[in-house]
Formats: sequence, structure tokens, C-alpha cells
Amino acid sequence: MLHIYCPYCEELREEEEFHPKGQAHITRPADPDACSDEEWGDYLFFRDNPRGIHHEMWVHAIGCRKFFNVTRNTVTYEILETYPMGEQPRFTAEYPEGKPADQLNDAQQEPSRQEGVHV
Amino acid sequence: MSQSLKQPNRVREGGRIDRAQTLSFTFNGKQYQGHAGDTLASALLANGVNIVNRSFKYSRPRGIVAAGAEEPNALVQLGSTEAAQVPNVRATQQALFDGLVARSTNGWPNVQRDVMSLVGKLGGQFMPPGFYYKTFMAPASMWMTYEKVIRKGAGLGRSPMERDPDHYDHLNQHCDLLVVGAGPAGLSAALTAARSGARVILCDEQEEMGGSLLDSREQLDGQPAHHWVEGVVSELAQMANVTLLPRTTANGYHDHHFVTLHERRTEHLGETAPLTDGQRPSRSRMHRVRAGQVLLATGAHERPLVYGNNDVPGNMTAGAVSTYIRRYGVVPGNKLVLSTTNDYAYRAALDWLDAGREVVAIVDARKAPEGDLVEQARVRGVRIIEGAAVLEAKGSDRVTGARVATIDAETFKVTGSSDTLSCDTIASSGGYSPAIHLASHTGARPTWNDEILGFVPSLVKGVHAAGSVRGFHQLADGLANGCSAAAEALSALGFAATPVELPQVNTYRQGAACALYQVPHEKPTLRGPKQFVDMQNDVTAAAIELATREGFESIEHVKRYTAMGFGTDQGKLGNINGMAIAARCLGKTIPEVGTTVFRPNYTPVTFGAIVGRHCRDLFDPERYTAMHQWHVEQGAEFEDVGQWKRPWYFPRTVNGKTESMHDAVARECLAVRQGVGILDASTLGKIDIQGPDAREFLGRVYTNKWAKLAPGRVRYGLMCKDDGMLMDDGTTSCLGENHFLMTTTTGGAAGVMEWLELWHQTEWPDLQVYFNSVTDHWATITVTGPEARKLLAEITDIDLDRETFKFMDWREGTVADVPARVFRISFTGELSFEINVQANYALHVWKTLFAHGEKYDLTPYGTETMHVLRAEKGLIIAGQETDGSVTPEDLGMQWAVGYDKPFPWIGKRALTRSDTRRVDRKQMVGLMPKDPSVVLEEGAQIVFDPDHAIPMPMVGHVTSSYYSPILESGFALAVIKGGHQRMGEIVYLPMVDGKTHAAEIVSPVFYDPKGERQHV
Amino acid sequence: MSEHTSATTATGINMYDVRPTTEVPAESPLAWSYHHTGHPGVSQRSRVVIRERAMLGHVVLRGGAIVLDEAVRQVLGFGLPARPNTLNQDPSGERSAQWLSPDEWLVIVPGGEEFSLEAKLREALGDAHYAIVNVSGGQTLLELEGEAATELLMKSTPYDVHPAGFPVGKGVTTVFAKSNLILRRPAEDRWELVLRRSFADYLYRWLLDAGQEYAIGVDD
Ligand SMILES: [Zn+2]
Repeated sequence: MLHIYCPYCEELREEEEFHPKGQAHITRPADPDACSDEEWGDYLFFRDNPRGIHHEMWVHAIGCRKFFNVTRNTVTYEILETYPMGEQPRFTAEYPEGKPADQLNDAQQEPSRQEGVHV
Repeated sequence: MSQSLKQPNRVREGGRIDRAQTLSFTFNGKQYQGHAGDTLASALLANGVNIVNRSFKYSRPRGIVAAGAEEPNALVQLGSTEAAQVPNVRATQQALFDGLVARSTNGWPNVQRDVMSLVGKLGGQFMPPGFYYKTFMAPASMWMTYEKVIRKGAGLGRSPMERDPDHYDHLNQHCDLLVVGAGPAGLSAALTAARSGARVILCDEQEEMGGSLLDSREQLDGQPAHHWVEGVVSELAQMANVTLLPRTTANGYHDHHFVTLHERRTEHLGETAPLTDGQRPSRSRMHRVRAGQVLLATGAHERPLVYGNNDVPGNMTAGAVSTYIRRYGVVPGNKLVLSTTNDYAYRAALDWLDAGREVVAIVDARKAPEGDLVEQARVRGVRIIEGAAVLEAKGSDRVTGARVATIDAETFKVTGSSDTLSCDTIASSGGYSPAIHLASHTGARPTWNDEILGFVPSLVKGVHAAGSVRGFHQLADGLANGCSAAAEALSALGFAATPVELPQVNTYRQGAACALYQVPHEKPTLRGPKQFVDMQNDVTAAAIELATREGFESIEHVKRYTAMGFGTDQGKLGNINGMAIAARCLGKTIPEVGTTVFRPNYTPVTFGAIVGRHCRDLFDPERYTAMHQWHVEQGAEFEDVGQWKRPWYFPRTVNGKTESMHDAVARECLAVRQGVGILDASTLGKIDIQGPDAREFLGRVYTNKWAKLAPGRVRYGLMCKDDGMLMDDGTTSCLGENHFLMTTTTGGAAGVMEWLELWHQTEWPDLQVYFNSVTDHWATITVTGPEARKLLAEITDIDLDRETFKFMDWREGTVADVPARVFRISFTGELSFEINVQANYALHVWKTLFAHGEKYDLTPYGTETMHVLRAEKGLIIAGQETDGSVTPEDLGMQWAVGYDKPFPWIGKRALTRSDTRRVDRKQMVGLMPKDPSVVLEEGAQIVFDPDHAIPMPMVGHVTSSYYSPILESGFALAVIKGGHQRMGEIVYLPMVDGKTHAAEIVSPVFYDPKGERQHV
Repeated sequence: MSEHTSATTATGINMYDVRPTTEVPAESPLAWSYHHTGHPGVSQRSRVVIRERAMLGHVVLRGGAIVLDEAVRQVLGFGLPARPNTLNQDPSGERSAQWLSPDEWLVIVPGGEEFSLEAKLREALGDAHYAIVNVSGGQTLLELEGEAATELLMKSTPYDVHPAGFPVGKGVTTVFAKSNLILRRPAEDRWELVLRRSFADYLYRWLLDAGQEYAIGVDD
């Protein structure tokens, strides 16, 4: 059972309190009518299934009811970070050890984000 | 001392038992006596009971081999009454209590003379390796029958058939450091962490803490080992930051340091939990521990050597012999032969001598053994046969001798002529396998260590290990290792470790162990006497060799082919030996054939402990409305709708006869159509929506238009997912320009709430709107039928005039003196008022309606009538007419789809995809059976041509079907390919009983097609 | 017929006092439970005692912390808790505000005050963007006291109720048995459970069952 740091409650909570909501950072096309059937199908149905670092959306359903993102290793189940909607991950497949400081925005450099790192 | 006469193997003094307390117990119908502090196994051995079971496959007699969780044979069925039955208890882990009743798990009619042994003597032809695969491959339908026969013959224990008088619970625990195992390493680790101020949980599966120190020959600070144990345990017990859990097995290591512990709270006291102070404590308890860090001090399991007939009672592991003598004061035989590959096992021989019995010989596989313990044995005059091993045991119900010869382990050959030594006990030791099970649950692959000849755990972040589990078998090393591992964990947790002064202990000079697993025999393995690897599953060395010959090269395949490590055993004694044999056959090294992967649980866990309090009345939450008591008192039958208990129908009892469901529903339906009915609709989801963008938001999540809905008005809306498929429906009322009350289906309430938040939080955070669930705040009472207005008018100050309070309006006012919102919406097609009141006052309003309703014969109705009435009107239920593949247009509800709304609302784009535009999609229609007495089966498949060759093309199915009292006919809703264009056509429904029903495709609105009745 | 109070605010919100102005029988969400399951008395042996504080005013506030905080200060005399999962109370302990999410607070006041609280807050908040929702009929509050209270909670919730994880002044929404509730600790020796109406009976039965070994009593 995962132990997940809710970036809004600012503490670790049991997995029972959360619902997984699939891949993170899927943006609805701004003009759906401009999408081809294929593009629309991609948006609706196609998701990544990486071995290793993956970004997921979760909701703190029994808690603050806020949606947020989780960077999780799908092999080890390690959670590398959690971050609010609208922000970008610090840990990516490209930067499994974390993006270098010069590529981070202010919010990402705040030490509080580290609290979400699960050891 | 008279007791020792009855217990021939009990030594006069020593051990952790209390000879002053004699306990009686029954095994296989015979009475015995033991002492407080015994396990069932030690008491059986004290009484000289050799055979405790019959083996699973070959029905061979089996005795006790080990002293702990690794025991493969001594599985018993506990319980003196039917209700108290517990299967598959290891006698080595069951504390003895007065009055204990146990039977062998296997063996019929008794373990001494077993009918199945005849089968076994056919040389296991009945169940060769690969038996399950080969014999029961086909036909699959016969598997259940096969299994019954095998289970009856083999006997795997049985469940009680009566209600368990005990109860069980869970306890959620949190700590900084969880220490698993209270041997030397675990105790020194726990002490270090506890003194450093961390929240510590220390658990140990045995009856008392101390682990190997409980049967140690060592002195700590010049005192017997248990003195130090008692000092440490009592210090820990007094510390507020420490939770001590003896009799508690860590069974599963789950993600992120979530560990499940199984505490046996009363199982040492009696077969059911004794009453204390009038209350019965839980019998066992699952601790769900969330730890910051975990320290595994789980020790090691000694490996027996694999030689011929090594399963005859009297063959034991060397460590078990020591444990029985030193901890339980039981010496399990008279004449011992010890076969070993290492120094440690010499303790068994020394303990045996100390108990005053004869050591016939120590057979050491090493050419020139040397070390302090070897020296001690030499000094005491024990015969040591070097470079040799026991090739096979003699005897059938008990060991009578050991055939010994010199061997060459590397070339796997017997090098000398054999000699048979007369003995009744053979202790063997092939080394020690670290108990890496928990570490393995984390997914970390263990690594082979050539020095200790065993797999040691790989540790993921936050997991630490100390002592024998890492291969540190010397006491001094284990103690020190516990402290240093705790210090590492503390540092990771941010605590400064307080150093602990360790006791003075001797360090021994040790000779290196030699690698020997299976002992060579003069005959090839396949033709020699059986050499057991996994005694619980009757897996022999020959079976593993056969598996490798048949091409199973991975150890995971070998295990599945032979069943090695299956069942409750999980390969604690046999896995490494099995791997070594596979490696030898394949010409590989042990790590090359694979690693062992262990999965939870470490030992079997009772269902009681898993379930805890979540059983019987508390199995699942039951949600009640404010009128629940009334429904119960009126004798309602209830239906589960999600977790809600909703009245299904209200059967009347007249002259002692209770109506059938059919009659009750018919009566309720007609009451609504002809008089007035009342429904508790409180379970509908209700969401309060406020904000300047509330209206815009509704327009995006519903398919229809909301821009012009005025305060005081109500509108029905459809909600789709972005794939264009219907997910929920309901009415939404405009309470104010920027204030709405949305209703959802009962089952969809939580999902819709999360759905709204999802879109608001992730796609449209710029919209100013808030959603709040008010489902529980408002109770909803539906009054419906031609007489509804007259009834309601008696108790409300709202003007109910049809011209001013129109269909799809809502009004505010009191009902039965309670402030209410009343909505003129209808799910029955009749004149209807839905009354919302604050739930605390709802029962009063409900009862007042009945007080006034008597003259109208106000009839309560349940969900079944609700379904019939709405289906007569062709009104859908999301989740019944729809299944995630149905669009609004498939339902014929294009009137509720606003294609010209400015914002690309959820589902819109998908509704213009080629697939959703197909004309032959399954579309909702009505079905009228040709025979009006027929009620079609819900889910029944529909075909156009009943004479079509099988397989017939199936063109749709029935989604709802009822008998309509007002139509005096069965009727149904269905989805049929291209159904909207097929009005008047006849379709056919072949049923499982061979009959085929014909039905006509009709409009789904069966009653009052113009919808006049709800507007009156 | 009786008078009732209803208004539509300038911001287009319907405000409705749903309490009757005349004496009308009211039932707390636990009425059925007391009737059906009963309520074991408090005895010398009771190591846990539960007590329902029925018919209180429960109001949910949604909006930005800064805007709402000022209005709450004006109306209640104390501010919203700033930290996640914390609880503020007035000196009498009769009125409290609890953080539920970054834009959501639960305010509990003596029964009957909820409508005037809403009205005053709306007046103070003007045309700011916020929401106020009366949920008084939808939930009830249980107090839990006694030396075994913590252990009873450990049987029921995966949340850490040890003083290290749950100091006085904390409050969380979390899992409880197979349902969920709001758990708060307004005082060293007192816990509060806010139960949803429809789950109240299940949770009540759970508490009695889990509390049996502590001779749990219901104070009424
Ligand atoms: Zn949260």
C-alpha cells in the first residue's frame, strides 16, 4: 500500500484515501472540433505505459478532494515527488535524478517539495 | 517428578518450561501431559510420539523435523468442538494449554495405519512430478471433481462449519522503526533505537522474546543468555516509545514500509479467547504497521541435508535438537548420529551429551574439521567421522540406523564403503538459509553469498537487516550488527543514536563450512531411496532431476512443475536444497538457476485476522435515509443500491397472509397511476453549485443548454464522458442566478462530484464556481399521482396552482411546518412533487403526509415500482439502459443535446466521430412481447431471424423488463441495431429453456405518450 | 402557516433558513441507531465514552483563505486556521473552524446559529467569489473520551492518532472503518468525530463493536 504525500494537505497519507486517475499532463485539446478523428481518439484513449518513471494524476478523495500529480517508478513503486496541478515534474525519464537547478522554476526549488520524496 | 515417567523424553531440569505446571492435552484421541512453556511439538516429543502425520502424496509416516515456523510435517487440526476448528496449525508454533485437542491433518483412518499408504507404496506412481499438469489438463470441467478426491485423500485440514465464537480485529500502527525478530540482533537494535527516542515496534513470532538466546549455550557477561534477554525486554517494556509484540509474526512487507503483523493474542490460553472482566478480547489481531524504517532481524533457517529416507521419524535438523533439549527440556531420542557440514551443528551433539544420552557419531562432510566446537566434541570423546555423510536412514516408523560412508561433495560421489550405525535419531545440518522472506516481499532480489552458502537479502531504501539474516551467525557479530544497523536507520530518520553497551561474549574459532546439499548415493538419484527436499509437498531430489530432464531449467518452472515450496510451507526448509539439486543437474551454479522469490504471507494467516471486524453486520457500510425506521416498521423489503438500503417494495399483510412481490408492486403501481404514492428519494445525489460561472460550467458538463434557465425553474440534463457516452443524468434547478442544485443518480453521486471537481481543478480552474455535496443534508420525499396536489395542499403554504406552479418549476415554502423546497418534476409520468427538507425534520414531514394521506389511500412504494413506472414512460436509468457505450442519440434523446452551444462541451466532439454517427448503432426502443403474459428476461439477446443457422447474429439485448399492471402486459426496453428505424418490426428472443419469444419494436413510451398526466 | 426566511442575495445566491420556526420533532442521524442498536450506559468500567452533540449548525465555507479569514474574524471573533488539517475554536469551544482543503473550511456553531452566520458572512464578503453551504442536516458530531479512546481509534483509522502525529488542535478527513469521517482533537482528552448522516448508523455500530472490550458507554 502506497504512502502518498498530498501536496495540499502537506503530509503523507495512506493510499486508501486516494483514487488514481490515470496518466498526468493529458490536456484536452482547446478546439476539439479542429481535431481529426484520429487526434481526438489519441486524446481519449491512448496512454503511455512506461517501465520506470511515470507521471500520474491522483485525487485525495478521502481528504482534501484535490487532484495532483505523482512521479512514480512503475518498477520499484518509489514515489519520487508529488506536485500540484499546473506544475511540471522535477524527475523525468530524461532526468531520473532530478532536473538540474537551472531548469527548475521557483516553485520547484522550494524545499517543501522534497517532503513528498519517499525513501 | 512423577510426570517425567509419563514423559519419557523429558530431562530432569533445565529449559524454559515450568515443571510444576502440568497440562493435559489430547492428540489423535489419546491423552498426554506436558508443561507450561511447551509447544504442542515439544510436548509430543516429550511423550515419545514419533509419527505426527502422513505425507501428502506418498502417505509416508512423518515426525517432527524442526522447532519453528519452518516445520514441514507437524501440521495439526486444532479444536475440541466444531466451532473451534482451526486447520493447518504447526505444532511447533502452538503453545500448549490445558485441554488442547489436536489431530493430525493428514492420515485416515489414523496416522499409524493409513489406507492411503498403499497408494504411496506404489512408488508414487499415482502422483508423479508434473502430476497436476499432466493428469488434470483435461477436461477442465472435471477439475472440481479431481480436487475433491485429492483433498479427501490427502487431507489439507478443514474449516469449521459452525460460527466462530471468537472475534478478531485490526490495529493501525505507526512507528519510526519496526524491528522484526527479537533475537540477539533484534534486541540490541531495538534497545539502541528505543534509547535514542524513536517510536519503536519490536515483534517476534515466538511465545517469548530472545530468539536463539533462548536455547543458547553461550554466556553473556558471565550469565546464562536468558538473563540478558530478560533485562533488555523489561527495559523496553517500560519505555513509552516502545511497543513490544511477542507472539506476533511479520507476515507481509508491502509498499513503502507497510508491514502486516499477525498477533496471536489468546491462542496460548485456550481454543477460544477467555472472558476477562466480562469481555472477550480479540483472539488475534492484524497490526497494519506504517513504519519510517524497518530493521529485519529475522534470523536463519537451518537446512537439513538431503539423503535417503531422510523423512523417517527421528530425522531432525540439528538446531531443532538443541532447541528441544535446551529450551523445552526434551531430548527427542536416545542415540544420536549427527551429519553436518559446519561447526555450529556440533552444538546439537554437545547438548545431547549434556542431556545424558549417547552420541553415536558425528559425521562431518569436511575432510579435516577444526574449530572450537569440534574440539569440544573431541575432548568429550565423541567419534567424529570425517569427510563423510549419512547416505540413508534405516527404519520405517522411526529411525533405527544411519548408513554412513565417505563422500566427495564436489564430484557428487560416494568414495568409501558404507557402515551402518545403530541410532534412533539423525540430526543433520547443511548450513543456514537466512530468512530473507520479508526483504524479498519488497521486490528486492536476494544475492547468493558463497561464504555463508546462502542467499542474503538485497535491501531497498529504508530497509535494514542485522544478524543471521545477513549471515552473521556468531553471537558477538549479531549483537554488534544489531546496534550498527539500528544506528543507520536512526540516522536516516534524523535521530542521533544513543550507543548501547553490549554484553561480553565469547568468540569462537570456526572452521569453514562445506557446500553439501544433496548427499550422493551409490545408486543414481532416480533409482535410490527417496531423498526428500520438500517434505510437506513430498518433493524428492529425483522429482527435481526429472523436471530438469524434461526441460524445465528455470527454478521458477521447476517449482511449479514439482510443487516444491507450495502450500503453507513456502520452501522454508527445501528451496535452497532444491535449487542446488537443479543446479547440479543442469551443470550450473545456484545463482545461475535463479533466485528464490517469496511472497506474502510468511506463514498462513487465518481469515479471521485478515477480516478483523469487517464481517457480519459490519461487512460493508449500510447507508440509511432519515425515514429508515419508518420503512423497517412498515415491513419494507430492502434493495441494495450501492451502499444504500432502499425500500424495494412494501408488502401488505392481510389476514396473516403477506403479499407476493408481484402483487405488492402491482398494487403500488396502480396506486400511483390512480391515486397517490409516496417514495423516499433521499438517496439521489445532490450537489450545491455556487458561483458566477456556475451556469457556464453546467453548460460544459451537460449536453443540453443552461444559459436561459431562470430561477424557479428545473431542467433535466444528460452528462457524457468525453467519449460521448452517457455517464449520468438528473435534474438541476436554478436556485438563484448563480446558484444551482444538481441531482445525480443514487449510484452516481460520488462519481459525479469527483467528475465536476476533476474538470474544474484540471481543465477550467479559471471558472468561478464551487461544488458541495448536500446529499445527506436534504431528505427527498416524492409525492406522485393524480391526488398528489390535493394531499400536499393540506400541509403546505406553497401555492400549488397548476398555472403558477408549473411542471419543471420549483417553489419554496413550508411543508408540515418545515421549510422546504418543492420541485415539480416527475419520474413516474404522473403529477409529482419532490419535497426537499433538512433531513433532521424529514421523518416528521413524512409522517404528517401519512396522517393526511389516509383519505387518499396514500401508498408507499419502493424502487421496484419506481422502475416499472419510469419504464412505462420510457425514462432511462443510467447504468441500466446504458453501459458506457450508449450515446444520448442512441437513447433517442437528441432533444437534450445542444450541438450549437458555443463551448465544446464534454462529449460533443466524440458525437461527431464516424462511429457515433453510424446508423446501425444499438438504439433504445420499446419491446412489446406478442404474448402479454411474458416478461422478457433482462439481458436476453435479440435476433432478427430465429431460423438463422447457429451462431445467430445477435442484434441487441433487453435492458429493462417488467410486468405493467396498467397495460396488463409485459413490456421491455431494449437496445437494437438501427432500432429507431425499425418501429413495428418483429424480433425474436431465444431463451435458455429452448423457447423463443416474439416481440414487436415499439416506442419506448408505453403510457401516456403525449405526457399529459404530469402537466395536470 | 409559519414564517420562514429566504432571500436571494445580490450575487444571485438563494439563502434559505431550513430550520422550522415552530416546535417540530427533529431526529438526529443517530435516532434510529439509539432505537435499534441501543446505547450501553456509562459505567465505572467504561474506558471509552461517546456522546453525541446533535443538532449543531454545520456550515461549509469555500473560497480564498485571505478573503474568508477576514469575514470569519469579523463574524466569529476568531480566524480560520491557516495550516492544513488544523482547527481553531472560540474560548468557549462552542464555535470552531476546521481546515478541510486549501479552499474549504468546516464551521460548527451552536444549533440555530447557522443561518445568521451565513447571512453575516455573506454581508461581510460582499461580491467576493466564495460559497457558503449549510450542511447541518447532513452530519452530526460525536465526542469520544476515555483512556482507551486512542486505541479504539487505532482499530478504526489508518491515520496516526499518537500525540506525535495528532496533537491537540489537529483535524483531518480520513478513512474510518470502511467509511470515512472528520476526526479532530479539540482537547488533550477529547476527540470529535463528524459523521455523515447516512453513514452514521454504520459508524456507530462500528464504535460500539470495537469499543466492547473497553466497556464503551454512550452518554446521553
Ligand atoms: Zn490532501
